[in-house]
Amino acid sequence: MSDAIIKVSNLGKCYRIKHQAERQRYTALRDVLANKVKGWFQNRKSEIGNRKSAEDFWALKDVSFEVKQGEVVGIIGRNGAGKSTLLKILSRITEPTTGRVEIDGRVASLLEVGTGFHPELTGRENIYLNGAILGMHRAEIKRKFDEIVTFAEVEKFLDTPVKRYSSGMYVRLAFAVAAHLEPEILIVDEVLAVGDAQFQKKCLGKMQSVSTKEGRTVLFVSHNMGAISYLCNKGIVLDGGQIVLHGTAQQAVDAYNNTTVKLSATVAGQPAHVLHFAPENARTHDFAITKIEMLDAEGNPKPILHTWDDVVFRLHYNCNKSTARGSIVLDFHTLDGKRLLFLGTEIADMMPLNFRVGTGQADCLIKKLPFAGGDYLVGAGLAIKQVEWLWRGENIARLNVVGHDVYGSGHTLISTDCLIAVAHRWQVV
Amino acid sequence: MKLILEPGRAEKNYWRDLWTYRELFYFLAWRDILVRYKQTVIGVAWALIRPFLTTVVFTLVFGKIAKLEAPGRIPYPLLVMAAMLPWQFFSTALSETSGSLIGNANLISKIYFPRLIVPAGAVITSFVDFLITLGMMAVLMLWYGFAPDWRLWLLPAFVLLAFAASFGIGLWLCALNVEYRDFRYIVPFIVQFGLYVSPVGFSSSIVPEKWHLLYSLNPMVGVIDGFRWSLLRGQSPLDWTAVGSSTVMVLVLSAAGIWYFRKMERTFADVI
Repeated sequence: MSDAIIKVSNLGKCYRIKHQAERQRYTALRDVLANKVKGWFQNRKSEIGNRKSAEDFWALKDVSFEVKQGEVVGIIGRNGAGKSTLLKILSRITEPTTGRVEIDGRVASLLEVGTGFHPELTGRENIYLNGAILGMHRAEIKRKFDEIVTFAEVEKFLDTPVKRYSSGMYVRLAFAVAAHLEPEILIVDEVLAVGDAQFQKKCLGKMQSVSTKEGRTVLFVSHNMGAISYLCNKGIVLDGGQIVLHGTAQQAVDAYNNTTVKLSATVAGQPAHVLHFAPENARTHDFAITKIEMLDAEGNPKPILHTWDDVVFRLHYNCNKSTARGSIVLDFHTLDGKRLLFLGTEIADMMPLNFRVGTGQADCLIKKLPFAGGDYLVGAGLAIKQVEWLWRGENIARLNVVGHDVYGSGHTLISTDCLIAVAHRWQVV
Repeated sequence: MKLILEPGRAEKNYWRDLWTYRELFYFLAWRDILVRYKQTVIGVAWALIRPFLTTVVFTLVFGKIAKLEAPGRIPYPLLVMAAMLPWQFFSTALSETSGSLIGNANLISKIYFPRLIVPAGAVITSFVDFLITLGMMAVLMLWYGFAPDWRLWLLPAFVLLAFAASFGIGLWLCALNVEYRDFRYIVPFIVQFGLYVSPVGFSSSIVPEKWHLLYSLNPMVGVIDGFRWSLLRGQSPLDWTAVGSSTVMVLVLSAAGIWYFRKMERTFADVI
């Protein structure tokens, strides 16, 4: 097929996962040197240790597809499915490990709104800077400058440093610059998750006009199934780094919502019902939560969670000291950082816990989980109530709730419509 | 335009890409300069105060207290200031470049461009400070009634050498800093150490003969001596073999720096 504008064949990306240093995001020279010195003394031991600690993790494997000119392709998949990796390769941020991509045209990628914005610079200066970062030429920015300013509705604040902007203005300005890009291919990550509802609509409208009127090709990653079916005509479902389905947008949305999608690991190397896994915490902290699992009411692993499912969150913890009056906390935040639910053993009227040296586990049963379909951030902690945190992990895991037509109205409830769903009944009196 | 991505492919288009992205380079340098002089209240003044005070202190310590000799009839402050010019540029550029990739981490993980742009932009920013200090040097020379001669025309060559030295060594620090995040604690030490083994507070002529070879392996020796020679009518003698060995050293360091940076570059987005 010669009309393919993007041609991906056998694409793969491999990361080396170091289990021991999972919580450590970077290497320190001091550790490297210390390990080397240690290695001198206990040559054999460290060799065995090293072999265990590094593991290949294929974020993408054997991915092949073609996109034709003018198609709007929605890419969906649960977290860890490889969507972001795919976008990063297509936008050249990272190199593939295997395979080949052919792209026929100018690519602009929008993996974040306002990349490179500098708070000290004025709105005017940031428009130029951000435009250049997104790949526009100076003349092009100059030509579209007024249009961008009008779209963003920030005329009065052009010469104010953007650090004084409200977050709404900031996002509007950033999106306005991006919306005026004129690439042949536009790659968009979930940037629409920000901004107020009205502006989101404006952005969706702009994106739609970009693709339909101007015949541009768009790759769009989102968890918002509504936006996917509204905007896209094609869809790709990724799972475990592989393409599960490539078809129309509707087919893709259905497949994603369907529980029969092949299960895969969310936390690298762990089964899908494990939300969080960090055994090394046990060594580095006196108290720590090392693992969070999702189970059903009978105690079986529950890898997929729907709105209104009964679910048990099993928290594994480790104590290297003992203490009385302890409590365990589990909380959930929305992706934009609002706390949605705070559950603690103290709140549930339990007696204070005694943490003894060793490992332990606690189950938190939630009946009819009220979250609408979408992603949420999970946090957990061990505390002495109102005194101190013994250990606190904020947003240590991402929880994906699959939307479900809980009201039987033919409409799947997702988090961009409203965040929670409760059983209710209307009566006209 | 057809773009092909496959393992190892970025290598082939690298230098062409660098040219394509030159506009981004201007904008990033422009941003850094703008922010630098906007953010600090004293902005430009800071670029003046720092070399001025250091010159005063060095003149007192080396010229008055230690009673070191200045060659020819050069006033000691001029001797120090002429060296302070390239040294300040070099040291600022090193600290700026070493942190530049980390400072632009969000850009690197979100947008593609040849990463070499980032440290290069940081060197340019330090160059603006250099120009300000150069203005101060001119004022100081007027004050002492010390007019430069034809040798001044060779100054750009030494500026270029200073540029290459800063960029080459900066690249190393910059890439190492991404790889080992605690490397930044070592950078100030390198800079401070460099100040003492470079002829900033003293003249190269007081260095004993037997140490000359080792001494001139320091790439900044050739640069600083060159600055003094061309600014101060050649009254500060210039050892051309020292300039030669410094130049070779700078070229080797820069080539190796670019090589190492390029090698690490491919993984920056994954580790940053």
